[in-house]
Amino acid sequence: MTPAPQNDPAAASRSGISTLAVHAGEDRQKLANAITDPIICASTYTFSSTQAVIDFIEQKQQREEYGRYGNPGEKIVERKLAALDGGEEALVYASGMAAIVGLLMTKLNAGDEVVFFDECYHRSREFCAKHLSRFGVVTRQVKACDYDAMAAAINSRTRLLVSESPTNPHQSVVDLERFAELGRKYKVETLIDATLATPYNVKPLSYGVDYVLHSATKYLGGHNDLLAGVIVGSKEKLEDVRKMRGILGGINSPHNLYLLERGLKTFELRMQRHNQNGQAVAEFLASHPKVEKVYYPGLASHAGHEIARKQMRGFGGLITFLVKDADWRQTAAVVDAAKIARIAPSLGGVESLIEQPLVMSYYEVPPEDRKRFGIPDNMIRLSCGIENTEDLIEDLRQALESV
Amino acid sequence: MQFRTRAIHVGNERDPQTGAVVPPVHFASTFVQPGAGEWGEFDYSRSGNPTRKAFETTMASLEGGVDALAFSTGMSATHCAMMLLESGDHVVAGADLYGGSYRLLHKVVNRSGVSVTLAPTTDLAALKKAFTPKTKLVWIESPGNPLLSITNIAAVAELAHEHGALVGVDNTFATPVLTRPLELGADIVMHSATKYIGGHSDLLGGVLVVRDKELFDRLYFLQNATGAVMGPLESFLASRGLKTLDLRVREQSKTAARLAEWLTGDKRVKRVLYPGLPTHPGHELAAQQMDGAFGAMLTFELHGDFHQTKRVCEATHLFQLAVSLGAVESLIEQPASMSHASYDPAARASFGITDGLIRLSVGLEAFEDLRDDLDAAITKGLS
Repeated sequence: MTPAPQNDPAAASRSGISTLAVHAGEDRQKLANAITDPIICASTYTFSSTQAVIDFIEQKQQREEYGRYGNPGEKIVERKLAALDGGEEALVYASGMAAIVGLLMTKLNAGDEVVFFDECYHRSREFCAKHLSRFGVVTRQVKACDYDAMAAAINSRTRLLVSESPTNPHQSVVDLERFAELGRKYKVETLIDATLATPYNVKPLSYGVDYVLHSATKYLGGHNDLLAGVIVGSKEKLEDVRKMRGILGGINSPHNLYLLERGLKTFELRMQRHNQNGQAVAEFLASHPKVEKVYYPGLASHAGHEIARKQMRGFGGLITFLVKDADWRQTAAVVDAAKIARIAPSLGGVESLIEQPLVMSYYEVPPEDRKRFGIPDNMIRLSCGIENTEDLIEDLRQALESV
Repeated sequence: MQFRTRAIHVGNERDPQTGAVVPPVHFASTFVQPGAGEWGEFDYSRSGNPTRKAFETTMASLEGGVDALAFSTGMSATHCAMMLLESGDHVVAGADLYGGSYRLLHKVVNRSGVSVTLAPTTDLAALKKAFTPKTKLVWIESPGNPLLSITNIAAVAELAHEHGALVGVDNTFATPVLTRPLELGADIVMHSATKYIGGHSDLLGGVLVVRDKELFDRLYFLQNATGAVMGPLESFLASRGLKTLDLRVREQSKTAARLAEWLTGDKRVKRVLYPGLPTHPGHELAAQQMDGAFGAMLTFELHGDFHQTKRVCEATHLFQLAVSLGAVESLIEQPASMSHASYDPAARASFGITDGLIRLSVGLEAFEDLRDDLDAAITKGLS
């Protein structure tokens, strides 16, 4: 089949985001002349003859072999995601966690070290600290956005620097220029989890970061109806990661990947709306007398606002805020009073979601640790969906005023 | 709640059993009942399916109807509405009727003794003359296909009701984002859900939305008796599509308007048919009847013969050569060789479907990319 012109990287760099979201990675003329890609459920792929098997093994023929090593629909969505992030190659996984684990298991050996900014997703840090440690990998954590502390934590055994940007739920914004520079200076690879920002708002690879990670369950899938993870980077750096995925098997399913591909078609529209809702709701909350503090990179009062303005197109749909003079029950009452936003973990879908981090993620964590992690009892995290802005603001207004 | 909020939430309430934020896809063909002779909400999937019900509930809310019915295709939905008629009844249909509806009325429904008159629905005086004492149904489209004529839905509804006839509106082109015929007095709205409702070129479906409960009950009886229901997976994908309907239709309309404006200023183009252009005969009416935009379908005529026009349609790289419409991917077609090829040339000409006509379904791609693609294809085709 002839590759679509939009598969040509030079053409891709000139295309609009929605043009890429709709077409990138797809062949123009598809199987059965269908306008959309088929879902190929096959677990295995047949060879016409023994010679065909030999040609494949001798790499004379590019093709699929067995489902765990690759699937045509998977390759399409990987090319689309790579194009959106401006990377050469993308690898999709069963979930965001499977993606980061896939990378860490490939790149780290006994005796190696990894340095985290401490506001990274707690499950990622937990995997390193509790599980990779059993294989002799050392994890160091330094305060988020403290570049000197990160530099000081690097030694000859350090292999990887990891951060989110923005972080969750505090929305600290990492200066990607400085972060990538640390990697270059000390010859250590760098990874940014850009789940909250998405490639619509920031492209970490363009700053020289080596790997971008997304939980594609969030904005990329966008409809709260699939789990997926993706790593984007250079072909060279991801070659061994792809091989390891084939060995460990944390792949995604053909049905999920079709939904991901379909969800990506409206990626730009959804992100524009998430950004617009996030900004408007954050401004509303910042001006509300019952709100003590709002964490949102789009607010001038936010610590990372200047850097965010420089490196982000918009600031996403996630807002964290503190209810003024409220204990955990009064805060829970605000959450319970919301009529549009529903109580659930996760974020980034068309439906707005609301949660109290104390209850949802830190219920069993002792108070002194919660304090250390910066999770006060009166904190609420809101993921703005793509509903009408006025409806979301009205809903929050009544929720805040009902208590 | 406003339109977009309803598109996301109405019909998609949290699943009471699992709390799932997206309702589950129910593939079950049958449902276990509480007791012999006692019936639960769902009994057999032809009569009702929870996933289909969710989609129908959202559609009813978006169109402002009492309830909705989802079908396997737009044609099965239209056929269900036509089955309201009995032998001896008469139908008045718009002259620029979708070919499939034309075929249904003239080659299937007529066999039951139902007669049809086609009338220009943009001309109320001419339309009035088409009524007979037996007229029971008026079936219209606005905007029409492929000339994008605009019909005054409220005026047609008033006229039809004076004659004791029901009004059905094929709202596929406008979608409830831009036009809500039930609010204008229509009795039934029909959608080919294959188009904007699904929006991703990956499902076939049809919908009827109804203003009145008694009429709904009659249609529900017919649907259940004849059985052309929408499948669970299509219902799920259609519901998923509805969540971005407002964003898609408004963005696609915006791009179509910019393309229409650009084509208008191009010397290679003879005329542009787009309701958003002040030169379009239905522009003023469209501005009143349509909510803030004029849709994403656009027809234009080249200074070119049949073969040159055909070459233009074959030379695009982003626009894909295919019938259907309403999806994220832009499509191009030549009505004379594709959607209206079955007409003989004289009949085509009488309907204004000339050889140089090109119909675009504008997708979600960036305006600049679509413009450049079309520009290069016109140059190549006309050379």
